[in-house]
Amino acid sequence: MSFRPSSKDPPGVPDAVVHRTVLSVSQLTIDIKQLLEEKFEFIWITGEISNFKIPASGHAYFTLKDAEAQIAAVMFRGARRTLRFEPRDGLSVVGLGRISVYPPRGTYQIILEYLEPAGAGALQQAFEALKAKLSAEGLFDAARKRPLPSLPGKIAVVTSATGAVFHDICQVALRRFPNLAIQLVPTAVQGAAAVDAIVRAIDLANRHAGADLIILARGGGSLEDLQAFNSEPVARAIAASALPVVSAVGHETDVTIADFVADRRAPTPSAAAEIVVPLKTELAGRIRHLSDRLHDRIRARLDLHRARVGEMTARLNGTRRRIDEARLRLDDLAARMARGLGQRVAHQRQRIQWLVARLAAAHPRQRVARMRERLAAETDRLGSVHRLFIARRRQALDPMTARLAALNPLAVLARGYSVTRRLPGKTAVRDAGTVEAGAKLEILLARGRLKARVTE
Amino acid sequence: MAQPTFETAFKQLEKIVAELESGDPPLETAIRKFEEGMRLARLCSRKLDETEKRISKLMEADDGRIEEQPLESPEAMDGSES
Repeated sequence: MSFRPSSKDPPGVPDAVVHRTVLSVSQLTIDIKQLLEEKFEFIWITGEISNFKIPASGHAYFTLKDAEAQIAAVMFRGARRTLRFEPRDGLSVVGLGRISVYPPRGTYQIILEYLEPAGAGALQQAFEALKAKLSAEGLFDAARKRPLPSLPGKIAVVTSATGAVFHDICQVALRRFPNLAIQLVPTAVQGAAAVDAIVRAIDLANRHAGADLIILARGGGSLEDLQAFNSEPVARAIAASALPVVSAVGHETDVTIADFVADRRAPTPSAAAEIVVPLKTELAGRIRHLSDRLHDRIRARLDLHRARVGEMTARLNGTRRRIDEARLRLDDLAARMARGLGQRVAHQRQRIQWLVARLAAAHPRQRVARMRERLAAETDRLGSVHRLFIARRRQALDPMTARLAALNPLAVLARGYSVTRRLPGKTAVRDAGTVEAGAKLEILLARGRLKARVTE
Repeated sequence: MAQPTFETAFKQLEKIVAELESGDPPLETAIRKFEEGMRLARLCSRKLDETEKRISKLMEADDGRIEEQPLESPEAMDGSES
């Protein structure tokens, strides 16, 4: 049957049939390329690897297939470097890539940027989920992490009894600090029983090892191999451990949940030993260095003080010298002064003595005595002169006295005459007419006197 | 008085050295701190030698008994462990 365009064509017939557009192979292929590459630019795919080969170019070429279909796949050398496993025929994988059409051969393929074993995805998801959960609980918080003792006396190592891990740790540790106690707490580190075993081992180490810290270690392996260290029970056992835990699980690039929870993470078991065990020579050196600084410091202080004391002493000596000199001068002056003074004093003393003598000589006592003598002499003279005088006078006086006696009116009285006197006043009465009767009179007799009153 | 840990003693020693180097305490105090510092230095030195080398294995038997077995040191180990 052939199509011949006619206006009588039934409706619903494709336009391209009606109006023929003829494409070349290249044009069509370009269209296909555009279509596919746009639509499948970023897809996840899962399938089984087969015909895996890596030619000299380093790019990996293989086929991804399932029961009904297959697709050519390539992973370039650069992308291959990120592979965390060895792809091989028969392995089920999950990949991320883009579709690419190769026009010269009319083929399409998937160019893969990332590949992982199938099932790893599930593990990865579980990992992320647990990580988020425990992080939210604060199990990974920096504040929870305990500091490691700077001088551990005993280290407990939870790891497999076989293999090189324990051996490596011991070797590194003892090389750094020869007198150290290391105790192995053996456990399965992969497989079904590992989770429980590790939890029990951590608990045993805490209870009985008498250690200062725990190293939880295992060597490298695949994500499945490391599963136990991504489990919740192990994470919680680490968080609950009374002793600090250093985790050293897998290769440097493997980071497990245990690493997040632990107090410290080491990239390898040997590195854990280096982190945990100090270098004995270095510690001893630091102690010695501090001790030296102490000595230097105290010596500097003492030297400073000694210098100051020395300086003071020097100044003091200078002063003492001046004092001594002054003292000498003083003594000298004093001596000279004493000498001069002594002389002067002696001289003065002499003078004084001489003056005293003169004074003594001139003492009034003598004069007084002399005076007294003179006085006595004079008094005598006066006496005698006086007596003479009196005698003479008496001589002159006696005749007078006799004459006076003869003239004495009172002698008249002796002859019997009396003197009558008025009282008071004692004026003599010569005239009887001057006296009235009753007047008081005094009558003076040769012997005695009388008081009388005139009667007439 | 419980014996101070190495950390405590070492930190105290560092503190004393810092005090003597930065400050200028009176001579009496300085001498006292110096003596204390020397005591701490001796203590730290002693502590370095206190521990004894010993490699051992700790296991719990099914019946709950705890077992501790000595192991040979790595120099004597040949890689295959028991």
